[in-house]
Amino acid sequence: MVRSFKHRDIISIRHFNKEELLYILDLANQMEQVDYNDILKGKVLASLFFEPSTRTRLSFESAMQKLGGIVIGFADSGITSTAKGESLSDSIKIIKGYCDIIVLRHYLEGSARLAADIADVPVINAGDGANQHPTQTFLDLYTIQKTKGTMEGLTIGFLGDLKYGRTVHSLSYALAYFGAEMFFISPPSLRMPGDCIEELRSRKVKCHENESLFGISKKLDVIYCTRIQKERFADPVEFEKVRGIYRLNRAMLEEMGIKGDLKILHPLPRVDEMDESLDSTDFAVYFQQARNGIPVRKAILSAVLGAIE
Amino acid sequence: MKQLDVSAIKDGSVIDHIDSKSTLKVADILNIQNEEQMVLVGINLSSKLLGKKGIIKIGGKIIDQKEVNKISLIAPNASVNIIKDYEVVKKFKVAVPDIIEGIVKCFNPNCVSNYNNIISKLIVINKNPIKLECHYCERIMGTKDIVLI
Repeated sequence: MVRSFKHRDIISIRHFNKEELLYILDLANQMEQVDYNDILKGKVLASLFFEPSTRTRLSFESAMQKLGGIVIGFADSGITSTAKGESLSDSIKIIKGYCDIIVLRHYLEGSARLAADIADVPVINAGDGANQHPTQTFLDLYTIQKTKGTMEGLTIGFLGDLKYGRTVHSLSYALAYFGAEMFFISPPSLRMPGDCIEELRSRKVKCHENESLFGISKKLDVIYCTRIQKERFADPVEFEKVRGIYRLNRAMLEEMGIKGDLKILHPLPRVDEMDESLDSTDFAVYFQQARNGIPVRKAILSAVLGAIE
Repeated sequence: MKQLDVSAIKDGSVIDHIDSKSTLKVADILNIQNEEQMVLVGINLSSKLLGKKGIIKIGGKIIDQKEVNKISLIAPNASVNIIKDYEVVKKFKVAVPDIIEGIVKCFNPNCVSNYNNIISKLIVINKNPIKLECHYCERIMGTKDIVLI
């Protein structure tokens, strides 16, 4: 059953059922087929980025403007009252009066839920610390659906920083609806959180934890590669131990033996975990994935603001 | 003649059927060191229900709902008796509430609830054994993770 998205907060992928995920993907597809230039005319999006972002922020802002809406906000909280010591709660109490919808990225986990509790306009979580990034998950699913032709029954390898990788947590929960088998490949210090694995197993997902792609690469339909996130490490020494531990390149993948229709996704930015030799191959869909941020975020904004029922 | 393990109190609260090992934690919750009237703490008393139990009697104090909620997380089998003039005027078992606000700290150091004076809020997703989900950051906590505020 699809519950109405109108005025709904988008905080965690765990709040959506399979039908609702598919509804947004269908709507995103519709956004690519038809122009909806003015459906958000007069609506104001507050784009509040307390943490750096390129793709998420720009694609939200682009999507809003393509639909006829207006964007206010900031990409650097250093120029806001936060720098004077204003709390997030107070910032939201003020800003909610200036807009029709809030998109929030913040370094603290649970910040989007806090904002949603305070604001009487809908809040979209654009990433809260290492917790959730639900709209990224919608566009990851959309990319998988478009490039693989299906999301059902795939074998997915998640590679890199699985401990702090919020995109991995969200995507694994979503793919659990589609009968995916999952391989979680990481150094021991960056393994998937135990409660994520426990939840996936309780939902009958076949989960495996590995330290290397060797031996499993032949089974994979999708590799979801992530960056080792330096900014999440409290101790730089711990970061140095795992820095550059995975470096995918074309020759290596072909030597390991992979399926001809393997697709490699990455939420980007990349640092050194994927060689540029991959970019020109049919395996690489990460730039297409980033572009998919526009139709997916157009779909979400339209649905939440009630422009499309 | 029946002999009481722990003396009766005239007025106050008796917390009975505490799992013996949790008795001192319950005493901490009740802040007994700051009580001015009589406080009796018994540990390893015989119990039909638990085998061994703890009991705490506090003279002159009626324990409040916040304290009852805290006790329920540490000693889910506990019962509370309110005493007036040596008579039990109210008796109830503690019960884990569905939502716990302001009494348990989220164990995730990066959770927003640990900043800016936000009142913690945890959803009880399982009562026995205790499993709590942070309303804000969605982390799941078990009994071992519980830190009372």
